[in-house]
Amino acid sequence: MQELALILVGSALVNNVVLSQFLGICPFLGVSKKINTAAGMGAAVIFVITLASAITSCIYQFLLLPNNLTYLNTIVFILVIAALVQFVEMVMKKTMKGLYNALGVYLPLITTNCAVLGIALINVQKEYSILTSIINGLGTAIGFTIAIVILAGIRERCEDNDIPESFKGTPIVLITSGLMAIAFCGFAGLI
Amino acid sequence: MNKYVERLYNGIVKENPTFVLMLGMCPTLAVTSSAINGCGMGLTTTVVLAASNMVISALRKVIPDKVRIPAFIVIVASLVTIVQQLLHAYVPSLYDSLGIYIPLIVVNCIILGRAEAYASKNKVLLSACDGIGMGLGFTIGLTLIGIFRELLGAGTMFSKGILPDSYEPITIFVLAPGAFFVLACLTALQNKLKMPSATNKTGTSKLSCGGNCATCAGDVYVANHGLMEAEKVAKKAEAVAKAKEAAKKKAEEAAKQKEEQKTDKNTEEKED
Repeated sequence: MQELALILVGSALVNNVVLSQFLGICPFLGVSKKINTAAGMGAAVIFVITLASAITSCIYQFLLLPNNLTYLNTIVFILVIAALVQFVEMVMKKTMKGLYNALGVYLPLITTNCAVLGIALINVQKEYSILTSIINGLGTAIGFTIAIVILAGIRERCEDNDIPESFKGTPIVLITSGLMAIAFCGFAGLI
Repeated sequence: MNKYVERLYNGIVKENPTFVLMLGMCPTLAVTSSAINGCGMGLTTTVVLAASNMVISALRKVIPDKVRIPAFIVIVASLVTIVQQLLHAYVPSLYDSLGIYIPLIVVNCIILGRAEAYASKNKVLLSACDGIGMGLGFTIGLTLIGIFRELLGAGTMFSKGILPDSYEPITIFVLAPGAFFVLACLTALQNKLKMPSATNKTGTSKLSCGGNCATCAGDVYVANHGLMEAEKVAKKAEAVAKAKEAAKKKAEEAAKQKEEQKTDKNTEEKED
């Protein structure tokens, strides 16, 4: 139990997926203009990454490992994730109208989020069991959501500030993320 | 200029994926902590890119249009797996230092981007040249950023001591935050000098991205969703209005013809 809690905290804060591993930079920089959209993206990412790490780790444990097919990791995982996202979108559209309206726009974007594939591969690399993989995926996604919501908050505040002309737009966002990354380095003392 | 050389020039200079298109930011930030890592990642991507462009271009008439994206992904993933196994066998040091970022080449948007934008429409040799050019452009970008970070953060270049011992390395530049700072300075410099880059391009389309899909980072999609929907509705309304107008015109014309016939008859009768 304690081990699982450590993995959850570790993947959410210490090894933050965007700020120290640089996975999912595109949505992190792209969808962080407003807190609302950032939170929506975060929720969608939590949902998809947790589901994807559960399914990929099941496939790895029950299908690839017994048949000595572990070198097919990358191909199988990317296809499963792409199909999963499509499937989740269809199911949501049919059965959960409210949730679909809240998350729907972000779902297609997630297929290209390298964090999803990255976590599936990290789970395999570290030889996590299925439960540990799910916890690791959940922690990572929570870390992503924390980072993107904080960045969106800072960007909203930055809007009216007097920023040097050439630093407007992407550069100031990158500097902000750099400062956040320094702050997150402080969590290294947690574990 | 020879069109093959033109492709290489286009990839390395005119549409450099790192400096101009700003594609593949994840590896750009993650593996450039040293020049040798950046160079290795760039060359690995070049091999995958050239091979995937060739295969996709050769199969462009076989792959049905509707399932082309999944087909491209399978091709790219197979090639990445091959390259990963080769690196594991022959260059284990690079394999260890790049780690998870090798399989993640699959989701590098440069590769799918080139497949969709170029290889699926052009001949095999041209596509290969395009892939090599883009890959070399990416390699140069990563190596330059790597050299810069390594020099500031460790005082070395390609693991050889360059700066004098009195130089105190700014360690933060080889750590994660340094990657953000270096890239921030780079984009700020491009903004300042008004160089062609994805970050300071002002589009002509009324969509907020300027209608340039190559530089789309996702937010644009969200922002444009409403606009596109509105555009669709407007187009439909326009079509309906046009149809109505056409019907009206027809009716008017018919009425006119009738009148003309009537007047014709009248005049004929009068003439009689």
